[in-house]
Amino acid sequence: MPPVVSISNLTKTYASGLEALKKVDLEICKGEIFALLGPNGAGKTTLISIICGIVTPTTGTVLVDGHDILRDYRECRTKIGLVPQELHTDMFETVWNTVSFSRGLFGCPPNPAHLEKVLRELSLWDKRNDKIMTLSGGMKRRVLIAKALAHEPQILFLDEPTAGVDVELRRDMWGLVRQLRDSGVTIILTTHYIDEAEEMADRIGVVNKGELILVEEKSRLMEKLGKKQLTLHLLKPLAGIPVALGDWHIVLKDGGNELECNFDAAEEHTGIPALLRRLGELEIGFKDLQTRQSSLEDIFVDLVQDRA
Amino acid sequence: MSTAAKIPSFNRHGVLAIYRFELSRFKRTVWQSLVTPVITTSLYFVVFGAAIGSRMSEVGGVPYGAFIVPGLIMLSLFTESLNNAAFGIYLPRFTGTIYEVLSAPVSALEIVLAYVGAAATKSILLGVVILATAALFVPIRIEHPLWMIAFLVLTAATFSLFGFITGIWAKGFEQLQFIPMLVITPLTFLGGAFYSIDMLPPTWRTVSLFNPIVYLISGFRWSFYGASDVGVEISLAATLAFFALCLVAVVWIFRTGYRLKS
Repeated sequence: MPPVVSISNLTKTYASGLEALKKVDLEICKGEIFALLGPNGAGKTTLISIICGIVTPTTGTVLVDGHDILRDYRECRTKIGLVPQELHTDMFETVWNTVSFSRGLFGCPPNPAHLEKVLRELSLWDKRNDKIMTLSGGMKRRVLIAKALAHEPQILFLDEPTAGVDVELRRDMWGLVRQLRDSGVTIILTTHYIDEAEEMADRIGVVNKGELILVEEKSRLMEKLGKKQLTLHLLKPLAGIPVALGDWHIVLKDGGNELECNFDAAEEHTGIPALLRRLGELEIGFKDLQTRQSSLEDIFVDLVQDRA
Repeated sequence: MSTAAKIPSFNRHGVLAIYRFELSRFKRTVWQSLVTPVITTSLYFVVFGAAIGSRMSEVGGVPYGAFIVPGLIMLSLFTESLNNAAFGIYLPRFTGTIYEVLSAPVSALEIVLAYVGAAATKSILLGVVILATAALFVPIRIEHPLWMIAFLVLTAATFSLFGFITGIWAKGFEQLQFIPMLVITPLTFLGGAFYSIDMLPPTWRTVSLFNPIVYLISGFRWSFYGASDVGVEISLAATLAFFALCLVAVVWIFRTGYRLKS
């Protein structure tokens, strides 16, 4: 698929001297959900803010659908919707007015039918005449999403969309994001909730200390960097690791009652069955077994720690 | 996507959205915005017009009560234009909603046009209300109505532009008040709002000529009564020069992203 956002050589050094981004190259494909994952202060928001026109890049270029974000800012920004991390809202405005304002601001003629559709999808229709200050935090976040969708953007940036949002609303949010993707919208979200990236993303970019340290399809990432661990609860404790099991990465735990073996997920098809066969041949019996596959969280922690 | 088909070179909808948004803020505070100046103006008439004015002779053939009308309108026009425009741009900076304007396909010119246009609209409206209030107290004649409107609009636009700049410059609410309270109000009082600078001793008269406000009030008063402290051409030139200066500052602000973008 053609890239809808191409970032090359992008750096950002703030006036304070803080190097928020160090030579970032990234391509976002049309129609995907891309998650930027990273700890606080990694540079995720800076990256998004540059693409959306809120922060000026120090060097490098960003193309949105082939248009340079600085030279052809109108073309670029018309295609982009941004949901910021903080709940920045006009307290005294009604939901309907603020959404209409956003649509106008992005150069679109009024279209009440579209706004009604957006508000209904976000369960905001009943609140349309309420002042924003009377809404709960979760509702305010929905208002920000509605504002970002008011001008029918093709690319939607969600900066920490579910920070401070309850479980139910998070599920709703995820559902909405998928629905948007199905309608052809490209979605770029930042998160430090790893389960969110795992749940939602097609591809994941890991950002740490201003560097994009890895970009990978989620399934490939899990496959490549994920580990599988097998724990056997033995019938009789082993005094030591039998020589015949030397090909595996085995450790004994709980005084020889537990046998723990680490596999690379990629070699899984050869690893576990072969081990179990060998154990059978050695007449080592076990009463229970557990397997554990590393989550994206483990992968992430490994990656970030390696670079620390 | 139906809307992405063609992008016009002027974002009319965007300018209107900001303009309407600003005017709706004005409507919410209409009492504070219009009634307060009307009461203040009435008080000025009671004090300067009736109490003191009755003991003063005419100034250049104009009764004192009528003489101070243009100065009073200008005083309100300066402070309200400054306040409206400064608050209009400072508020979104303060609440963070500025993100949306910065990420929208609107040019710097369109942003300025919308915010400054809205602020100027409000203060022109206010000037008209004060003029109407003044007409209840004293007989007013306007000899050059077109010039009067020109000075009114130009001054409102200039000070709104100046207010927009202070709203971007200000780091807090105190700084927002700084320019109107500590610079403009004193300069206006010393700028011949309540007297003709001809009434001053020669030295102070010369000093007054360095006060830009003198030219604005003088030109505006000329449009009412046909008499002025300085030539109307000089007044107009001074106003235009100040407008141009503010325009240069605004261009610089958007070029550098000063306090708007990091």
